[in-house]
Amino acid sequence: MSRRARLWLVAVGGGALAALLVAACLDLPAFGGTRHPYGDRAVRESLARHTANTIASINFDQRAFDTLGEISILFAAVLGCVVLLRQTRDEHRARPEPEPVALPVRRYALAVLPVALLTGLYVIAHGQLSPGGGFQGGVVAATSLHLLYLGADYRALERIRPVGLYEVGDALAVSAYLVTGIAGLIGGTAFLANTLLPYGTFNTLSSGGTVPLLNAAVGMEVACAVVVLLARFLDQAVEIEEGK
Amino acid sequence: MGVLPYLVAAWIFLAGCYGLATSRNLIHAVGCLAVCQSATYVLLLAVGYRDHATAPVFSDVQPGSRPVVDPVVQALTLTDVVVGATVTALLLALVVQVSKRHGTVDPDALSELRG
Repeated sequence: MSRRARLWLVAVGGGALAALLVAACLDLPAFGGTRHPYGDRAVRESLARHTANTIASINFDQRAFDTLGEISILFAAVLGCVVLLRQTRDEHRARPEPEPVALPVRRYALAVLPVALLTGLYVIAHGQLSPGGGFQGGVVAATSLHLLYLGADYRALERIRPVGLYEVGDALAVSAYLVTGIAGLIGGTAFLANTLLPYGTFNTLSSGGTVPLLNAAVGMEVACAVVVLLARFLDQAVEIEEGK
Repeated sequence: MGVLPYLVAAWIFLAGCYGLATSRNLIHAVGCLAVCQSATYVLLLAVGYRDHATAPVFSDVQPGSRPVVDPVVQALTLTDVVVGATVTALLLALVVQVSKRHGTVDPDALSELRG
């Protein structure tokens, strides 16, 4: 198809879609309205199970089965990236040479690294209490390790990041999520039902039944997945070269 | 004001679609897909918004003292962000391989099949 014909097609299709979308928008409930039946019920259920962060309660209690699907997507995507970005037969590895790093960058990266790592772990641990949780904290913790790549060099990063270990950690975290779900079956309730553990005191670290456990499993999975993903892309950029 | 946030979501989605259809670089196309996806974040959060409400987190808000925004759509947005990020990573990995095998990232130049 020529470029011109394609633009015409996009204009016609996009125009029709825009008309439909605008018609649909005009029929939606008004922005900022007070009627949120599902939200009100979710808040009530979350408070009944002593989980201060309603979103954590939805993700790891009320919709825990959907989150299982979500972390499976994450796991499958990481698997796909590992397979796609492996070293092929006509490529070889070159040892990256250490590059000089500006002193302020080095100082700043090394000073912020422990703070960022601690922040990530804090956000994971307080997922059921304050905004955040396994998904967000996992990304913070995983990227904080890569400050070492900015502040020192690639070899220093490789020393603290044995990728194989993180791949195992990724799989173990998904298994931990499944095992927590199956524990419900063995305990005589339903798969991933949050009725096994005591709900604890509202607004403390151990409140929410299985929510902190599932949250921690997801935090570990996301942290490991991001480390593995970034490692594969960095491998392609820094180490793997074409030709013999 | 009533429907403006929904229209903004629709506009972001269409802008992303236009970018996808006219893209001349696969990395740019992946970026456009991310733009399309961010339209769903705007739409979901707009649906869940409630006037004069706060975040649905009760660690420092007395339950029942203030209205809160809809937490269900916020959880859906979180799911959306995670899936979007992983799909973007997977697509970029595909682009790396396409560029290695074919020596180009222009989708128009990739039309013929190669063994």
